[in-house]
Amino acid sequence: MADLKVNFAGVEFKNPVIPASGAYGYGREYEDLYPVSLLGGISVKGTTLNKKDGNPPPRIAETYAGMLNSVGLQNGGVKKFLNTELPYLKTKDIVVISNIAGATVEECRELAALIDNSDADMIELNISCPNVKQGGAAFGTKCDSAAAITRAVRSATTKPLMVKLSPNVTSIVDIAKAVEAEGADAVSLINTLLGMRIDIKTKRPILKNNVGGLSGPAVFPVAVRMVWQVANAVSIPVCGMGGISCAEDAIEMMMAGAQTIQLGAAIFNNPYAPVEIIEGMNKWCDENGVRSITEIIGAVKPW
Amino acid sequence: MYKHGKYPVTEKKAVAKGIFDFTISCKEVAEIAQCGQFVHVAAEGFMLRRPISICDIDKEKGTIRIVFEVRGKGTEKISDIKKGDLIDMIAPLGKGFKILEKGKKAVCIGGGIGTPPMVAVAKEYGENATVISGFRSASAVILQEDFKAQGNNTILCTDDGTAGMKGFVTTALEECLDKEKPDIIYACGPSAMLKAVVDIAKKNGVYCQVSLEERMGCGVGACLVCACKVVKDGEEFYAHVCKDGPVFSAEEVVF
Repeated sequence: MADLKVNFAGVEFKNPVIPASGAYGYGREYEDLYPVSLLGGISVKGTTLNKKDGNPPPRIAETYAGMLNSVGLQNGGVKKFLNTELPYLKTKDIVVISNIAGATVEECRELAALIDNSDADMIELNISCPNVKQGGAAFGTKCDSAAAITRAVRSATTKPLMVKLSPNVTSIVDIAKAVEAEGADAVSLINTLLGMRIDIKTKRPILKNNVGGLSGPAVFPVAVRMVWQVANAVSIPVCGMGGISCAEDAIEMMMAGAQTIQLGAAIFNNPYAPVEIIEGMNKWCDENGVRSITEIIGAVKPW
Repeated sequence: MYKHGKYPVTEKKAVAKGIFDFTISCKEVAEIAQCGQFVHVAAEGFMLRRPISICDIDKEKGTIRIVFEVRGKGTEKISDIKKGDLIDMIAPLGKGFKILEKGKKAVCIGGGIGTPPMVAVAKEYGENATVISGFRSASAVILQEDFKAQGNNTILCTDDGTAGMKGFVTTALEECLDKEKPDIIYACGPSAMLKAVVDIAKKNGVYCQVSLEERMGCGVGACLVCACKVVKDGEEFYAHVCKDGPVFSAEEVVF
């Protein structure tokens, strides 16, 4: 049995595996199959100040080795999260990462202040949702706006603050440096890549939102590359995600420099993916003489 | 409560062009399954599972039946599963039909590939159920013998009149309601058909439940992609087909 514990941005995780925001609800949905407490942490559905209804359907389209989604941050609002979901998750012995996704800087600051006053373990500031008209990627695609929102949220909370970055940018490294400079404790990447599918019979985009975020194994190499570049450019820890679907992918992502990993789309195909990854990592470590999973973080030997 | 597993397909039939009928041995699923629920089937090599409604449940034998149409490459892959092979499914999922007490009368309406879930629900009512099914033409007709074998009255409609009466299920439904009003109407099929059925049910003051479909992700209420507009207490919002449905009370659905 290898030691899978990681200390990420000052927070102890019993293992580095975290279902990504939006892919796992609030953890209840998969408890028919296994206890959510097996996982290292959970990044909950992106929360806004008030209830949000999301985009019209269809909100999903299959692609080669992936999928597009355009959910548009449907959620019950921060009060529902704090009153209903968080108390439930706090009984589960996992790190609870509260993902916040306000439409304005002020909304994000207000959300952070509310979460700061709660039992959530970490905040993940989503500045990269491709599916909303206000906020989301609009914050995360320029260094100055990414810096400004990080600064505002930083001032509202002393909880560990992780900023979730968009890959739909010229230089994700520059954005990562900008949020690090404003006091982010960690970065998570990548959010989905903006994509589109068209039904050639009807000439209509499959998504009612026309465009949506691409995730799944198709984006994995892009994510590994971006995690590697960012991990080499900043001194804060990186949470790597994008197309991870098995233990080998998770190990590869950690070798690229991720200290923790998130997964989303893979769960829709295989609901056991998060626990299989934990078991697979353990096995891999044992077979390869790795005593602590931390030994593999950033272990890639680039040419 | 739902399960995830790989279960043997014990019978496989092609019941019409591109339409397959699988019997699956899955005791743990059959035990808890309710009519109107669905199974979420993995298609090898494809990212997303395919939601397929449960056609019939045999709790004694520990089997369920699914009848599905090949719509694209994913369902084509599922149709390649052979008798004796394993099928990977998460099941049973969603909320099923409300079944009234014994002696109550039901009209069950299936349009095309919306017909399969009517088998299990009509079975609950036996001779107290009238099943109205509509298809494009004779070659697409399915499941009529199943309804007859379980004692249901059947009315068959085809768009081109090559089998049963020529016309839409809505005409048959109106004629049916003129004779006798049932206690409940169940419907599954294309959206335009459902809307028309719901209007007729409302006009006649009969409680109606409809089964909806939408492009789906997780199947268990986590990813929120399969949104459908509903209205409750005067407020419109997006519910989710996988968890809040697929069966909804007609008055909730915003078409």
